[in-house]
Amino acid sequence: MIRMGVVGLGKMGLSHLSMIRSHPRVSVDAVVDSTGYVLDVLSKYTGVRTYGDYDTMLREVALDAVIIATPTRLHASMVATALDAGLDVFCEKPLCLTSAESFQLAERAAQRERVTQVGYHNRFVGAFREVKSLLDANAIGRVTHTLAEAYGPVVLKAKGSTWRSRRSEGGGCLYDYAAHPLDLLTWYLGAPTGVGGAVLGRVFSAETEDEVFGTLYYPDDVSGQISVHWSDESYRKMTTKVTLWGTEGRIVADRQECQVYLRDTSTPPAGYRVGWNVRYTTELTEPVWFYLRGEEYSAQLDHFVASVEQRRVNGMNTFASAAITDRVLELLTSDAAGGASTLQAEAGTSSPRPAVPEATIRATAAMARTRIAGASNVARRKIRRRMDDWRDRR
Amino acid sequence: MMDRLLFGDNQFFGVNHMSEEKARAQAMRFSNLDAVMAVLDNAYDEGITTFMCTTHDRIAEVCDRVRAAPERYERFAFFPCMPYAHKYADAMTELGMLGAAKRFLPDEGMLNAAVRGGRSLAQKDIEGLTTLLIDAEMTMFRGLRTPVIWLQNVVVDLLVGLGFTDAFRIFSDHVRARYEAEPGFITMNLPMLLDTLDEAGIVNPIVCSNINKIGFRMSGGIDAYHAALTERTFRAVAMSVFASGAIPAREALEWVLALPNIESIVFGASSLTNIRATRRLVEELNA
Repeated sequence: MIRMGVVGLGKMGLSHLSMIRSHPRVSVDAVVDSTGYVLDVLSKYTGVRTYGDYDTMLREVALDAVIIATPTRLHASMVATALDAGLDVFCEKPLCLTSAESFQLAERAAQRERVTQVGYHNRFVGAFREVKSLLDANAIGRVTHTLAEAYGPVVLKAKGSTWRSRRSEGGGCLYDYAAHPLDLLTWYLGAPTGVGGAVLGRVFSAETEDEVFGTLYYPDDVSGQISVHWSDESYRKMTTKVTLWGTEGRIVADRQECQVYLRDTSTPPAGYRVGWNVRYTTELTEPVWFYLRGEEYSAQLDHFVASVEQRRVNGMNTFASAAITDRVLELLTSDAAGGASTLQAEAGTSSPRPAVPEATIRATAAMARTRIAGASNVARRKIRRRMDDWRDRR
Repeated sequence: MMDRLLFGDNQFFGVNHMSEEKARAQAMRFSNLDAVMAVLDNAYDEGITTFMCTTHDRIAEVCDRVRAAPERYERFAFFPCMPYAHKYADAMTELGMLGAAKRFLPDEGMLNAAVRGGRSLAQKDIEGLTTLLIDAEMTMFRGLRTPVIWLQNVVVDLLVGLGFTDAFRIFSDHVRARYEAEPGFITMNLPMLLDTLDEAGIVNPIVCSNINKIGFRMSGGIDAYHAALTERTFRAVAMSVFASGAIPAREALEWVLALPNIESIVFGASSLTNIRATRRLVEELNA
């Protein structure tokens, strides 16, 4: 039996707890949360051992692994403590607020030979896995461009008071929503070499963005676009979709189905033919021991359990892999803060340019401060130049 | 005894497990309440008079229509499924757990609600809070027949996983006492839920789960489901029998109806043709 602790009992933590507690090869020996009410109710009705303090729990309970589902800003120190205590760690996404911290954690886990996994559950969705195997089989030839999208109804009015609405704690559309399609692109195409044209737009939120758009550049002239919007009520729930164009065809996939067009110049993999092919979730989904809210959530935890049992340190969604996605999130932030290249700047015109509103400068400065530590030198210079330019115009 | 065929509501809310495009097309078509009522009327006139539905805001409008025409809908029965999970999940994301609980306290009988809710929060006693939430969800069905009241699968399975056995007893007792209805439980984990309901002391429960020939979303495996249907005492309602269209209708129904102990089948359809075809197939295979 794997002895597991669950840390953080918000929406994700509670559902992880429910799934992992029913896993036949796991015993949940402790849960940790800062809300006394939740702990008391769980303790009273389910008998699970509860702690209000993480370090006390680590001292008092012998564990093999922890699931960490606290707000993102707490991940770095909690994960480090768990690794130092010799535990394997499953951590919710995104891993850390800066990629520097994420890479350090990956390094630390490697030194200690710990199993790590981050909750990018889309990699366990049947249709998205099918895309990966099609790419590995070179089904659509050389990929030239991709579009990764996610839309849903999260912030639909100007309010909200949890950590998810504050960028400084890891909330916001970029970290909460866009991280998912970006991570899929990392899986399919590897680490991007750069980003451009990033827009972090606000619709309703006061302290963070509600829209994310941008271009990603990959080696060998492959490009990608990201389009994410979490204030779209026309979607019943979060909907993630990827489209990949290749020299021999095109793939379109979402959680329900994988549609593949193959040209007659392609070599269709087994079960596929030239022209349109559709594979549905009903045939692409592997059964799980327990279903709560999608097979992928169960499957990722089962993968983690198997990794712990087999001492598999290079499984799916390792810290090293999630750190790359964190780096992309950071690059998009700094690129967006840099703003657009304007016609006037290009022409070097001396005509007076409109003043930038003080609020925009302050908001951009705040956003830049959060991320500038992790930004590349080029991006950092770009942001600073932009801000100086704006100030000059006042 | 429940009817052999129950009419579901997924098609009205853009829920389709095969295709986002199809789901969206349905959501567009059924954004008009008249379109929903037309399909419900088709089902009703085919003798399918039980509507198993979520507590989505739109259903409140259906309730109003049915209430307004008592003769037309004399035999109409609602099987409400609660809670409508998305509104709670969204509220939890937005307001945190306690904030979400507070938002959904009913405004009927504020004093009663305040006492039940307040005491629950203070004493970590979930009974008051749970019954309060049930009453809030049931408000829209006032004056209508609701002989079975269901607990939705996301909540059922969350509670099963957490080992929150008492919650099932609380739900069951309240539904029986206040609404004179039978409690029902929807799950994606039938064998595991039956064990939990045994522990909770709920005898011969009504349980609805995916039951289809390809084993889609039948956690625990198709063999364990077969064993449960053969050996356990419960009233089975089969859903997703066509696995969202992955199995041809006749083949799907032949397989399900050959299983022991299936009391009802819940299905969704958007056209009279499909409703009638399903009814006729079931009649033929039952004969």
